[in-house]
Amino acid sequence: MVFITIQVFIAFSLVFLIFSHGAISFHYPGSIITGILTFNADYLSAWFIGVISFTFLTGTFYGLKYLKKYKHEVSKLKIHVVFYVLVYTSLIDLCIIQNAILFLVAWEIMAIGSFIIIIFEWEKKETLKAGINFLIQSHVAILLLTIGFIWVKVKTGSYDFSEITTYTANHPALGVGLFVIFFTGFAIKAGFVPFHTWLPLAHPAAPAHISGLMSGVIIKIGIFGILRMTTIIDTDYTLIGYFVLAVSVITGVYGVMLAIVQHNLKRLLAYHSIENIGIIGIGIGLGCLGIGMENNTLFLLGFSGALLHTLNHSLFKSLLFFAAGNVYQATHTMNIEALGGLIKKVPHTAYLFLIASLAICGLPPFNGFISEFFIYKGLFSGLQTSYFMFTLAMLFSIFGLVLIGGLALICFTKAFGVVFLGNNRGNLKTEPIEHALNIVPLYVIALVMLVIGILPFLFTNALSHVVDLFIKGNLLVSPKAINANFQTITTVGMVSIGLIISVLIVLFLRKKLTENIQPSECETWGCGYSGAIPKAQYTASSFIRTYRKLVEPLLFIKKEKKLSNTLYPGEISQSTHPYDKAEWWLIDKPLYWYRRLLNRFVFLQNGNIQNYILYGFIFITLVFVLPLLISKIMDFINFLNQL
Amino acid sequence: MVSLIIILTASIFFLGIVVRTKSLASGRKGPGVLQPIKDIIRLLRKGAVFSTTTSYIFRIAPSIYLASILMAILMLPHGNLPGFISFGGDFVMFAYILGLGKFLMIIASLDTGSSFEGMGASREALFSMLIEPAFFIVMGSLALFTGHTSFFDIFSTLHFGSHISYLIGALAAFVLVFVAMIENSRMPVDDPKTHLELTMIHEVMVLDNSGFDLGMILYATPLKFVMYGTLIANFFVGELPLQWSIPVFFIIQFVFAITIGLIESFMARFRMSHNPQFIFILTSVSLLIFFGVLLVLGKFI
Repeated sequence: MVFITIQVFIAFSLVFLIFSHGAISFHYPGSIITGILTFNADYLSAWFIGVISFTFLTGTFYGLKYLKKYKHEVSKLKIHVVFYVLVYTSLIDLCIIQNAILFLVAWEIMAIGSFIIIIFEWEKKETLKAGINFLIQSHVAILLLTIGFIWVKVKTGSYDFSEITTYTANHPALGVGLFVIFFTGFAIKAGFVPFHTWLPLAHPAAPAHISGLMSGVIIKIGIFGILRMTTIIDTDYTLIGYFVLAVSVITGVYGVMLAIVQHNLKRLLAYHSIENIGIIGIGIGLGCLGIGMENNTLFLLGFSGALLHTLNHSLFKSLLFFAAGNVYQATHTMNIEALGGLIKKVPHTAYLFLIASLAICGLPPFNGFISEFFIYKGLFSGLQTSYFMFTLAMLFSIFGLVLIGGLALICFTKAFGVVFLGNNRGNLKTEPIEHALNIVPLYVIALVMLVIGILPFLFTNALSHVVDLFIKGNLLVSPKAINANFQTITTVGMVSIGLIISVLIVLFLRKKLTENIQPSECETWGCGYSGAIPKAQYTASSFIRTYRKLVEPLLFIKKEKKLSNTLYPGEISQSTHPYDKAEWWLIDKPLYWYRRLLNRFVFLQNGNIQNYILYGFIFITLVFVLPLLISKIMDFINFLNQL
Repeated sequence: MVSLIIILTASIFFLGIVVRTKSLASGRKGPGVLQPIKDIIRLLRKGAVFSTTTSYIFRIAPSIYLASILMAILMLPHGNLPGFISFGGDFVMFAYILGLGKFLMIIASLDTGSSFEGMGASREALFSMLIEPAFFIVMGSLALFTGHTSFFDIFSTLHFGSHISYLIGALAAFVLVFVAMIENSRMPVDDPKTHLELTMIHEVMVLDNSGFDLGMILYATPLKFVMYGTLIANFFVGELPLQWSIPVFFIIQFVFAITIGLIESFMARFRMSHNPQFIFILTSVSLLIFFGVLLVLGKFI
């Protein structure tokens, strides 16, 4: 019975979602002014609402199955569903609100709502800890946003976003400062390095459908914020472009570098979100440089790449998290080292995970390639400009993006290969969990991904509308430039189709030519050794060992080794614990010093009631005496002055 | 179309020439030039043994690998004839399509659950990641040099004017030769003739492949070599008419094959742990090319 209530709830959210999705994408309303509050659902909002709604749609259906296991915990589910709907609503609202106060309120609802849906399994200690970490960090973000908005309010006397444009147009130098404040605030949400530390904690803690949504959508609202600020702040975009580009390249490379060494599947995916935020950021940086340099190719390719990658990432990352959720439900562990051979137990999940892995590595014919191609093309065309610094910046970014691509390949061959292929590594019991509800929504996502990959021109029209919003100053984006660049994308789609066809041809030939030969089956060739022990397989740690050795100076990896020192081999073991260096320096260290500082005052809290009364007494005395004292001092100073 | 035909033709003889050079260098007579390709054809007709551990991925991966290489070859131009596919930024797609094949091969080797094949997979993944920047920076420099971003436009407008640009050409050829060596897991990085699984890269990855699949994987090697050879050849055949450019192409492939044979004969394999450093050298050489291009264009501050 309770379950039906939940279903109604979710169905309700679903109807709401399809309705809003339809309303936005069919007639884009202009600016509706109700009193002093402005709501403006422009193309940018529409794009993001589309991204959010699609992920919520699939997430809801997937969540339905995922939560079935918890159907006896009614109160937990109720609050979860209520806040689920609330978060969705606030996300949609954030996209259209044009008023600072209202924006902050919606932001707060979103932050608290996501906190509650993250800590679904609150009885687990780590979950609660991760949730509180998330809560604190999102409030730091809110603080920064509040500072930014108050700054504008004090200077202009209005909370309306359009005032920011007029204000920054008049004070371009301050505009950069304002942008940096907003950028930092939104960057915490989006997970740019070094503000990413909440992300790898919160994602594994949340239930799978929420992790998918968080990575796919909730962090994207940070990207939305940055893009929104780009549309409304009018200032020196060259400087901003360099800044965003540098931060993003570092974010991307750092994210994927750490992702590789993770042992927890969801944590690995969380670090990949950071990497993809980096790629989106490279696009935004490129677009900003395009504005600053009045170079419309850069502008167009940068922003369209960023926007498309936002959509793409929400698709493949939610797919990956949902697939990881299926793995969790089947095996009750997320430790990569304990898994293996799951492709035989959960075949659909395995193939879906493979598709998403290919897409996230940016390999054709899937969607990840299309958006990365936009960005690559922008970077290569940026090389041609005549500024030395600029060319270097482009080179640096190309280098970063190529490294990201290569590292992602290592990471996902590891993740997919170790989790789904080979033999089972432990004595893992798997439950058959594949069910229409946790497979079909995933296939829908995969299908959309393939469509973007091979028919990208379906999206270019919408993209060019959104990109138009960013036009500033003397920048002219001619339809010719748009056509030339988007034409290439169509060709890329064609080549992807060609790739699929050529694969099919080769497979067909293979089938035809080997038809008469019956293949035999045997156990894996052990190079002369014939005992098949699953334990002898390459593990995830050994797969990345050479890589780990290479990057060890940059990362923070704790190793525990137990070697055999005796003549006869005893039990040996080795384990690695990756830790985030940025987290260590920026959060743990300062907290440690702060605590040490506060520890000096611990004597105050001695549990002695007389002492506490004394504190109160001292306080009251001070309250009375201090003003008196100050006025006496003032009198004295006046007296001295008169002398 | 021309480029596809001549690449396929060259790929038939390529490995034979490499093997012959190696034999002659070590004082043996060596097999005929067509022997490697005959071996491959024999394999294509043989039956296969599949491990019981493997899944469907293991069976489709070699096909996708070969298809991805063929697709990449379709993008290569020949002199002033564009490739089958040509558009701005096609070299990005070239690299990524090859990446797709590589991804599949890596997971296919993990699919066997072997205690050795993961080793090769791990090395392949790492080295191909490290090599990627060098390729992209070389192509980026050439794009900067010519002002175009597609293979065809780059190569058809590429001409060497000053002394520095000859240096750039030589360095680019050097980088591409070693990219080809590493991509194919050949000598300074890996030894295909080694008999110890612990020290192999590519060979250990395909331990479990047999029959038709192994034939495809083996054929991919000369194809990839010729593919990079074509890139090198395109530096030189730029504006020649067809009756000249085709012989020049074959001569360059021939010289390339002999170079590989000589490198493999006279160079020792590095220790596995030194490979990343070696690959980083290529990246820095490609950075040299980049700055050389900037110098030629007078863009250096």
